[in-house]
Amino acid sequence: MMIHHKPASGAHVGANLSVSQIMWRVVLALSPATAFGLWLFGWPAVFLFLITISSAVLFEAFCVRLRGRPVKPVIMDGSALLTGWLLAMTLPPWAPWWIGVVGAGLAIVLGKQVYGGLGQNLFNPAMLARVALLISFPIEMTTWANVSPLFFANSPGFAESWHITFSGLQNLDAYTGATMLGYIKTEFSQNRLLPDILKDYSPALNFIGWTRGSLGETSTVLMGLGGVWLIREKIIQWQIPVSLLVTVAVLASLFHLIDGDHYISPFLHLNSGAMLCVAFFIATDYVTSPNTPTGQLVFGAGCGLLIFVIRTWGAYPEGAGFAILLMNSATPLIDHYIRPRIYGRDRQGKPLEIPKL
Amino acid sequence: MLSWLKPQRIRGGVHADERKASTSTQAIVNRFPLPEKLYIPLQQHVGKPAEPLIRVGDTVLKGQLLAYSQGMISAPVHAPSSGVILDVNDYPAPHPSALPIRMIVLETDGKDQWVDTPEIDDPFQLSPEDISLRVGAAGIVGLGGATFPTAVKLNMGRENHIDTLIINGAECEPYLSCDDRQMQERSEQIIDGVRLMLHGMETHHAVVAIEDNKPQAFYAMAAAARLFPEIKVMQIPTRYPMGWDRQLIRYVTGREVPVGCRSSEIGVTIHNVGTAYATHKAIRHGQPLVSRVITVSGGAVGKPMNVEVPLGTLISELFAFCEVDAAQTARIVMGGPMMGDSLPHSGLPTVKATSGILALTQNELKSTDEQPCIRCASCVGVCPAGLRPLDMANNIRVNQLDAAVDIGLKDCISCGCCSYICPSNIPLVQYFKYASGEVAARQQAQHKSEQTKKLMEARQARLDRIAEQQRLEEEARIAAKKERDRLKAEQEAVV
Repeated sequence: MMIHHKPASGAHVGANLSVSQIMWRVVLALSPATAFGLWLFGWPAVFLFLITISSAVLFEAFCVRLRGRPVKPVIMDGSALLTGWLLAMTLPPWAPWWIGVVGAGLAIVLGKQVYGGLGQNLFNPAMLARVALLISFPIEMTTWANVSPLFFANSPGFAESWHITFSGLQNLDAYTGATMLGYIKTEFSQNRLLPDILKDYSPALNFIGWTRGSLGETSTVLMGLGGVWLIREKIIQWQIPVSLLVTVAVLASLFHLIDGDHYISPFLHLNSGAMLCVAFFIATDYVTSPNTPTGQLVFGAGCGLLIFVIRTWGAYPEGAGFAILLMNSATPLIDHYIRPRIYGRDRQGKPLEIPKL
Repeated sequence: MLSWLKPQRIRGGVHADERKASTSTQAIVNRFPLPEKLYIPLQQHVGKPAEPLIRVGDTVLKGQLLAYSQGMISAPVHAPSSGVILDVNDYPAPHPSALPIRMIVLETDGKDQWVDTPEIDDPFQLSPEDISLRVGAAGIVGLGGATFPTAVKLNMGRENHIDTLIINGAECEPYLSCDDRQMQERSEQIIDGVRLMLHGMETHHAVVAIEDNKPQAFYAMAAAARLFPEIKVMQIPTRYPMGWDRQLIRYVTGREVPVGCRSSEIGVTIHNVGTAYATHKAIRHGQPLVSRVITVSGGAVGKPMNVEVPLGTLISELFAFCEVDAAQTARIVMGGPMMGDSLPHSGLPTVKATSGILALTQNELKSTDEQPCIRCASCVGVCPAGLRPLDMANNIRVNQLDAAVDIGLKDCISCGCCSYICPSNIPLVQYFKYASGEVAARQQAQHKSEQTKKLMEARQARLDRIAEQQRLEEEARIAAKKERDRLKAEQEAVV
């Protein structure tokens, strides 16, 4: 007679996808765009990337130890690494080292651990940190390095890069400029019109990512491929990315058709900066987005609307961070009102009426 | 073209690794050696336990009535083989608790000798009521695992004038293949059972629904049913929990059973294929339900198989026959791996509900390394009942059971999809079972305290009444005394 004294309820078998596997797949999906970004902006970007990620992991370990929990399993779930990674992707590539450290601290400590750790936070940690940095250090956070790929003649070497990251950038203007969206915003204030502003705009270069911008977000194609792969792997659902992108595209088309001189085209919106990164990797964060398909559609549409509004009429050229945080705060409300219908009940939770036969 | 606008017919569910091939490709084994002792619980069904009518020491034949059905919802129990009654006493139940319940212990004599079982030539001459009576007397209950007395369902079907009888051949649980094999090998008998059920319910339309991962069973059943236009055999998508009665009803008929209603109220009754087979045996051959086909499978089983065993056979004997490796066995499960119960040991009997016994190795089990919920909402996506398991679990974790009930705890069917899919290995079903039990216990406690309060109030009222009465009597006495004194004084004054 065999004896097994530990009772357990079903299901006794399970799917093979664990939390850390989910995190690693997201990291994998991010890696092409990341690798491209690191190459595109050279050693300073590599330093900043490594600093941000390792600070995130160290802050996580520190907080977990402070709470008196075992550190290793928490680090191994990969969530701190992913948060640091996502934050690094959204930073200006040549930002000084302390931007990475402060950002990681904001993301992990203020954005995640004070709420109680993984799964408890109201706001997306990476976006919270990015927005806090943008407001606190506007100069560092809007200094965009020129494209200067690794091992190219004009790119800074290792020693020079070390200097850029750890001692600050000298002779700023020689190496930096505005992002496309920033440039358009500035030129609008000079009363120039779109066809004139966009004389030098190259859709193809923006599509592959050969342009100024955040460390890992410039390449539309690599971000898009990573995101589509995540949907195919069933790590994320299609609802949020699709509703977000469609909302932006519809609004942009509408305004562009009405006044093509002052409203940029939907293609430029979708092909710029953080749009795909936000749609596939940031807005789809499990913890801070609604948990029903309908709720996710609403959430995505809300993000899209806010991004468009802030980009078009706001003071900042890029509105993704603010849009995500605003919609994060609406997530509990969306989940409260949008619920799946329970079998045998109507939407109000009352039992269905017996049909007459 | 507008079909996607119609209400969806399948919701949620998971596609679990099937692992049926080791048992579904070989014939049902009929040569199980007769155990020396059979442990027959008096309660193998939903409802009241049966009441024994034999005494210790009685000699009984196979199929003889051992305990009779008690009350409206109950089922009798028959002797699975011939022999002597050794004991009627409490023995460990085939339940995760293994708490003792009343059982009849039968020592078999090896002859396996049947009582008289009258064959019936044309059962369709019997009245529908008679079919129900005979099915009830044969101790037949839902053999899919629900074990609701079949006769009661037949009666309800007849009274509600149902239009569709659904025969559940989904067998959506992984590992299990007993229904699959029965449909392949006993299709004629099952179809006959279906016709008898139709007759018993005075219904003219039956649908046999079989998941499309069982093509052999589908062909066999379709061939057996070709002469009977009233029986339609259809394939349904393979997706757990397709065999959940309400999901199947919605898929087959498009109707949804309202909460708190029985399916017969919307014109549908659902029975399992094994139940149809048992009905055939009971009506045609007069044989009560004394054995069943059980799938024995799992990584620790040397010879996985479907085997017909007498009810009351100990799992340990089944394991010995199927060469189960005790060292490899990490968990014994009765039923399928999604909804089945883990059993504390193998010294427990098989019952009418036992569709399978699994001996699972550690590798097959889901990890118990629990991590924080990351709100990935997989559980919301797979829930066939439309619940939000993560929110329910959060409420239960902080002991807000009423909040969990408000968002649908009582609509949970414990199908296990949420536990299956959870990447953080949170035992969600465990939470819900705990909470349901706790809610019931609290309601009971509240009821009890209300009753106590009522009694206290009644007692207080009684005491008050007595005190009041005493006070009145006292006053009357004082008044009488005063009167006497007055009269006395008057008399004295007169004198």
